Amino acid sequence: MSLFRNIVFAAVIAGLLSGLLLTVMQSFSTVPLILQAETYENAAPEAGHSHEAAPAAGATAPAAADHHHDEEAWMPADGFERFIYTAAADVLAAIGFGLVMIAGAEALGGFGGWRGGLLFGIAGFLTVSLAPGLGLPPELPGMPAAELGPRQIWWVSTAVCTAAGLGLLAYTRSAVLAALAIVLLIAPHLVGAPLPPSHETAVPIELHARFVNAVYATNLVFWAALGTLAGVIRERFRAGEDVAVRSSTELASR
Amino acid sequence: MVTKSAATAVSVSTSKIIPLSMTALLGLFVVGFVGFSHMEVVHNAAHDSRHSFAFPCH
Repeated sequence: MSLFRNIVFAAVIAGLLSGLLLTVMQSFSTVPLILQAETYENAAPEAGHSHEAAPAAGATAPAAADHHHDEEAWMPADGFERFIYTAAADVLAAIGFGLVMIAGAEALGGFGGWRGGLLFGIAGFLTVSLAPGLGLPPELPGMPAAELGPRQIWWVSTAVCTAAGLGLLAYTRSAVLAALAIVLLIAPHLVGAPLPPSHETAVPIELHARFVNAVYATNLVFWAALGTLAGVIRERFRAGEDVAVRSSTELASR
Repeated sequence: MVTKSAATAVSVSTSKIIPLSMTALLGLFVVGFVGFSHMEVVHNAAHDSRHSFAFPCH
C-alpha cells in the first residue's frame, strides 16, 4: 500500500499547487471571456446572466438550444462562490490527472526527477489539451456543438490513442511500433470529431479566437507545472517502498 | 537512458501492478466526475473549469 499512498500524496500536493496556479491564470484569461460569451448566449429581453434566464429564452434562441439548463438545478452564485467552485474543480481535475500521470510514469520506469516530470507534463498537454482540441476546439458558452455523448466518446478515444502513440514513440525503438504510433496519433483526426449541424452562433469569432489561445496557453503552463511538481515530489516521498521491495525479495529467496 | 527505462518498464514487478492500476483508476474517476459527469449540479459547479480545460461541455 505504500506505493499507492505515496503516489496519492504526490498527486494531491502537485495537483493542489498546479490547480491553484491554473485557477489564478484562468481568472485573468479564460473566465472573463466565458462571462462575456454568456451575455451573447442568451441575448434575450431579460438581461443579465444567461443561466438565470427563463427557460423560454433558451428554447427560442437557436444557438443556445444545446445549452439548455434545468431551471431547478443548483448553480454557484456569480462572483466569489463561482470562483471557489471553479478553483475546487480545477484542483480536483489536476489531482486526477496527476494520479493517472504518476501511475503511468511509474509503470514506465519512473519520472527520474523534475526534467522527466516536465516531459510527462508536456505529453499530458498534448494528450488531453492539444490532440482533442484539434477536433473539438475549446468552446465558449452559447456556441453550437454536436450531441454531448458522442463528443465525450471522441474526446476520450483521442486522448487514449494519443497517449498510446506518444508512449510507443518515447519507449520503443522498433520502426513497426513507430509506424503504429503515428497511426494512433492520426487516426482520431481521420475519423473526425462529431460536428454540429450548423456553426452559426451569436458569439463573436474574435472572442472565440482569444478564448482558444487563452485555453492552450493556460493549459500548457498548468501541465508543465503539474508534471514538474509531480516529478520533484515523487522523488522525495518513497517512504516504505524500498522496505516493501526488500521484504518481498527476501520472501522470494527463502 | 531511454533504453534502460524501456527495460525497466518491461520488468515492472507484479507487486506494482495492483497499486498502479488502482491509482490510475482513482485518477480517471476523479477526472471523469469533474469533467464528464452528466449531473446538472456537477456541471454547473465545474462550469468555468470545464470550459477552460476544453472538456466537451453542454
